Amino acid sequence: MSNQDKSDKSDKIAVTSTGGSMDAILSEQFGRCQYFLIVDPGTMKFEAFSNLGEQMQSGAGPKAAELIISKGAKVLITGHVGDKAAEVLNKGGIKIIDGYKGTIKIKDAVQLYLSK
Amino acid sequence: MIISIASGKGGTGKTTVAASLASIIPESVYLDCDVEEPNGHLLLKPEFNSEERVEKNLPEINRDKCTFCGKCLEVCEFNALINLGSEIILFEEMCHSCGACVHFCPSKIITEISKEIGIIRKGIADGNVLFVDGVLNIGEVSVPPLIKEVKKNIVESKLNIIDSPPGTSCSMLEAVRESDFCILVTESTPFGLNDLKLAVDVLKTIKVPFGVVINKYAKSFIQMEKYLFNNGIEVLLKIEFDRRFAEAYSEGILPLNKYPELKAGFIELHQKIMKKMEIEKIG
Repeated sequence: MSNQDKSDKSDKIAVTSTGGSMDAILSEQFGRCQYFLIVDPGTMKFEAFSNLGEQMQSGAGPKAAELIISKGAKVLITGHVGDKAAEVLNKGGIKIIDGYKGTIKIKDAVQLYLSK
Repeated sequence: MIISIASGKGGTGKTTVAASLASIIPESVYLDCDVEEPNGHLLLKPEFNSEERVEKNLPEINRDKCTFCGKCLEVCEFNALINLGSEIILFEEMCHSCGACVHFCPSKIITEISKEIGIIRKGIADGNVLFVDGVLNIGEVSVPPLIKEVKKNIVESKLNIIDSPPGTSCSMLEAVRESDFCILVTESTPFGLNDLKLAVDVLKTIKVPFGVVINKYAKSFIQMEKYLFNNGIEVLLKIEFDRRFAEAYSEGILPLNKYPELKAGFIELHQKIMKKMEIEKIG
């Protein structure tokens, strides 16, 4: 593993969640998930933000991207990200780790990502 | 006076009914508001004499002077703007050109630029029918604004016939709103009925009087008859299914031009609607 990869793993991780704790189940939806958890992989401490985009008529994905960029996350773990949201995330330098299923707990999803 | 032709379901014969009415009513105005797939011109064959560009406004932010304060995003009802802290991203397709960002920018560094969304064509059909249609650019999502532009050509002193897009979303609403009467064209099938119900709900909600034309009528569909009866919806005209009509249509010929026996039905349809409008006025 290169030094570059090591530094990646210490970056703050945003995870889309159905609840406000590390035991909550991951949400496969990005823009319309209920919560975002911003996890510090070093300490496994987290902050939870409820997602206002859940009720938005349009533009929930880009708005969600804007939120996690503003919270300083560098990595996003989720199920699926739409095109517009991905455009914002890419511009904000967020690494997108998608394809996670809505059956896994947040803490396990983070561990799985860190172990890879 | 404005009569709109809508359906819910696509392919029921809106354009055929609208074009037939335009052709039997001298000096009428035909407005094709199905701007995503305008095809009334194929049946009415107008001679076009003008074409104009339709544009929509988009905000342009002066990057050098932007402080990234976020006021423009805050006032954007449609989340068309995203603040990255070092850049504001605009999603053009989400912008409704409301101008709020321009108005509220504290630094006054947002201006409006215009972008073409489509064109409006005008011409004359059948010697005396004013023909207007809107053609939306491919990939453009601003459908209602273009329909609004088409409807600016309504001539109040004349009978205006609006050919609506199918469906029951924003574009259909934009086309049929403010009509004096709406003809819902349907067919005697479960598919026709399903979408007719949706269209009826829309018209009841926006309080536009309406009646039904059943096209391609071959046999009674009992659920439809029941629905129409139970809801007191009048069937203004049934157009019998006839292979010859379908063949004429498929060749781009308005069936009543080839088979004049169809004219009587449309004349009666027009008279029925005019009578209903008179009653409505008195009531």
